[in-house]
Amino acid sequence: MIGTMNLTLKIWRQPHAEAQGGMREYQVSGISEDMSFLEMLDILNEQLQEQGEEPVAFDHDCREGICGSCSLMINGQAHGPEVTTSCQLHMRSFKDGDTITIEPWRSEAFPVVKDLVVNRSAFDRIIQSGGYISANTGSAPEANSVPAPREKAMRAFNVATCIGCGACVAACPNGSASLFLGAKITHLGELPQGQPERYERIVDMVAQHDAEGFGGCTNIGECAAACPKGIPLDVISQLNKDLRTAIKAGR
Amino acid sequence: MAGSTLHDGLTPLNAAPTQTSDDAHGYYTLGEKIVDPVAPTGPIAQRWTTRKFENRLVNPANRRKLNIIIVGTGLAGAAAAATLGEGGYNVKSFCYQDSPRRAHSIAAQGGINAAKNYKEDGDSVFRLFYDTVKGGDYRSRESNVYRLAEVSTNIIDQCVAQGVPFARDYGGLLDNRSFGGVQVSRTFYARGQTGQQLLIGAYQAMERQVAAGTVTQYTRHEMLELIVKDGKARGIIARDLVTGEIETHLADAVVLASGGYGNVFYLSTNAMGSNVTAAWRAHRKGAYMANPCFTQIHPTCIPVSGEHQSKLTLMSESLRNDGRIWVPKRAEDCEKDPRDIPEEDRDYYLERIYPSFGNLVPRDIASRQAKNVCDEGRGVGPMVGDFRRGVYLDFSDAIKRLGEPAIREKYDNLFDMYQRITGENPYEVPMRIYPAVHYVMGGLWVDYHLQSNIPGLFVTGEANFSDHGANRLGASALMQGLADGYFVLPNTIREYLADGPFAPVSEDDGAVVEAREAVRSRVERFLSINGTRSPDSFHKELGHIMWEYCGMERTEPGLRKAIDMIRELKREFWNDLKVLGTADSLNQSLEKAGRVADFIELGELMCVDALNRRESCGGHFRGESQTEDGEALRHDDEFAYVAAWEWGGDEGQPVLHKEDLVYTAIEMKQRSYK
Repeated sequence: MIGTMNLTLKIWRQPHAEAQGGMREYQVSGISEDMSFLEMLDILNEQLQEQGEEPVAFDHDCREGICGSCSLMINGQAHGPEVTTSCQLHMRSFKDGDTITIEPWRSEAFPVVKDLVVNRSAFDRIIQSGGYISANTGSAPEANSVPAPREKAMRAFNVATCIGCGACVAACPNGSASLFLGAKITHLGELPQGQPERYERIVDMVAQHDAEGFGGCTNIGECAAACPKGIPLDVISQLNKDLRTAIKAGR
Repeated sequence: MAGSTLHDGLTPLNAAPTQTSDDAHGYYTLGEKIVDPVAPTGPIAQRWTTRKFENRLVNPANRRKLNIIIVGTGLAGAAAAATLGEGGYNVKSFCYQDSPRRAHSIAAQGGINAAKNYKEDGDSVFRLFYDTVKGGDYRSRESNVYRLAEVSTNIIDQCVAQGVPFARDYGGLLDNRSFGGVQVSRTFYARGQTGQQLLIGAYQAMERQVAAGTVTQYTRHEMLELIVKDGKARGIIARDLVTGEIETHLADAVVLASGGYGNVFYLSTNAMGSNVTAAWRAHRKGAYMANPCFTQIHPTCIPVSGEHQSKLTLMSESLRNDGRIWVPKRAEDCEKDPRDIPEEDRDYYLERIYPSFGNLVPRDIASRQAKNVCDEGRGVGPMVGDFRRGVYLDFSDAIKRLGEPAIREKYDNLFDMYQRITGENPYEVPMRIYPAVHYVMGGLWVDYHLQSNIPGLFVTGEANFSDHGANRLGASALMQGLADGYFVLPNTIREYLADGPFAPVSEDDGAVVEAREAVRSRVERFLSINGTRSPDSFHKELGHIMWEYCGMERTEPGLRKAIDMIRELKREFWNDLKVLGTADSLNQSLEKAGRVADFIELGELMCVDALNRRESCGGHFRGESQTEDGEALRHDDEFAYVAAWEWGGDEGQPVLHKEDLVYTAIEMKQRSYK
């Protein structure tokens, strides 16, 4: 099936981390509304390849909205105009003749690697600082020996659906990762298994968050609006509440 | 059922097969038969316990001197890295993604099986074992499968302790559901995102070990060669995908947890980056590739919408619990709005053909029947090529019976995903589904210890061939990945490592230099062919060949044709490839070129394997071997063996080693879901 849309793309090109980047303009045609946004970029890349220009580098993997690899600022919005990941955005959200601006995540804590690819290893280091429950393999009790209230388990699940894409950081004027952090704090803090380390966890994770150069939260809410998984803003309230409790307890 | 076939578990119940057909004549060389050198004996229920005791321990003080490389960070890789790190070994973990958390286990939706029998519905370790062997159409090893079923219960305990938020009932206890092809509720789930939650659990456990200093993680790194020294796996050559640097990593043992090769079909439900390279490089270094043609085609995927399609999206087959599958009885109704087609004009073909299992028949049957009705011209949705490739999966009865909120709670993320991709609302219009390649049962050959025929090279998860035989049951991939990573490998690798640390290998050693130079020259070659075609265009062409001739139905003439086409494609690849950019930077075309080159070689071997196996079993359906009703017909007299293929060299032929499958605990039966 050949589509009918013709588009102008303005794309950030940057050969490597230290290089000076800039916007380049490209034309694509024959785009179908059933294509995903990334399939549209595939077509651009095949076209560039034919013209002898190096294809645009961008992160993507599962293309079903769950791995969290894709990370495009589309027309100034993290993951574009719909509440979903870049890979699940479809071209039916655009129209013939549109000009689309595509940039990498914009955040100091996520330096550009090349073109639209950024380095999000700061998120791994935040998890390393305490985003887990210490339970060595083999040490677990019978799974049903500790019931978890259904409401709490559901809340834990809902926020555990965070895919670690970094849209929250990219959308935040302060470049804060509070939504990412709050989601993990809430996920583990809602479960009985997460209680023993609850307050150490938050102090360590907040310290790592700040050390990575993420900004502070000023309750703007762009993060929750941009989150493709709908992580609610109240995880940041939970974060602040738990942090307050921890500090009061002198941790 | 199981009770009638219970046996003392000591004497073989089947005879060794004698192959009389030779369809692949001229394409392979017959090698020596092989056996699993560490296969356990004794009553089946005692085998794993006994083996764990027999396997030697490694002194805790020695563990930190033992270096283990793990390639891949999906369930099998991350769980192994976490557990071995906790044990005090020195682990290096590699993944091509920017974070270990992105490995494709993350996309598994439906659930994970475990023989907890929380529903008191007659489940047991033996029943899970029996179902898995039966579901695999008697092409897996009994001892391995029993062990898998046995440790399944530990997995759930472990995951809950880590904070995996499984679904719970109102009392706060864990909930279960039944899942494709079985009649007990043994599947644990986290809405439609079970893989994600399990992987995050394993990832967090692994990151904890990174913080503890026992695991070092190398992200955006791709293994491109295995280092074999004095017959032992001693390390890998990896490319830093950002700087292009070719790195040498040495170790006492190497674990490949690099996933499956479904992307050989180009369109599959695998992630775009999923590839066979790590496994194939090991194969070329001597590791046997077992049953490569065993591919699982998943019945409930979103249909292809056009030529631009870059991947297919699976929807959990848990949907088959509540959705009813149908097509119009008459081809002329296929263009109608499905809601306007009255009940009597609909053909609920699975319920009609398989009254006792209905919509829950195993994946291969559901897939093949979908293809059959579409081939008859009764498919629905847009024309793709010359016919409609889709059948309805209809929730209107379930919505009437349970109410929309109940359906929403179970499946909302799947329904949302479907709507996002197709633009249609499945609460109102029946979904359209079509089969797609989803999983491969084949993989590198391993023994009971998950060790390949190269000492020191272990293979876990989807990358090995072990537990699923010719077909995998739903919700068993997650179970196997975590079983291997958390509970099996850590208890078997110690038997090997008890002889270590092994003599240090120098980076200047001949074997290391050779591996490094091989990688360097291959990278240079990709960049210097300077032809006209992109790596993707070759991949697409290979995928068409594989889907057409080595997909849901395989025939002798089709497979022969495919082999010729693949050989021609390989010649063209090495003469007409064009890769832009440089070797010393992030270069996604270059990465792709290497993966496609390996897929092409694998594709040929898959066709040879499929050609040799002149029987239908599980996901492998040979047109020449079917019953009068068109059902898969196995030939245990000829093919009750594992086909382990040895690399025969670039100019040579693959060598077939057969490992007879001997059943002592259960009898082989011709599968029937009628």
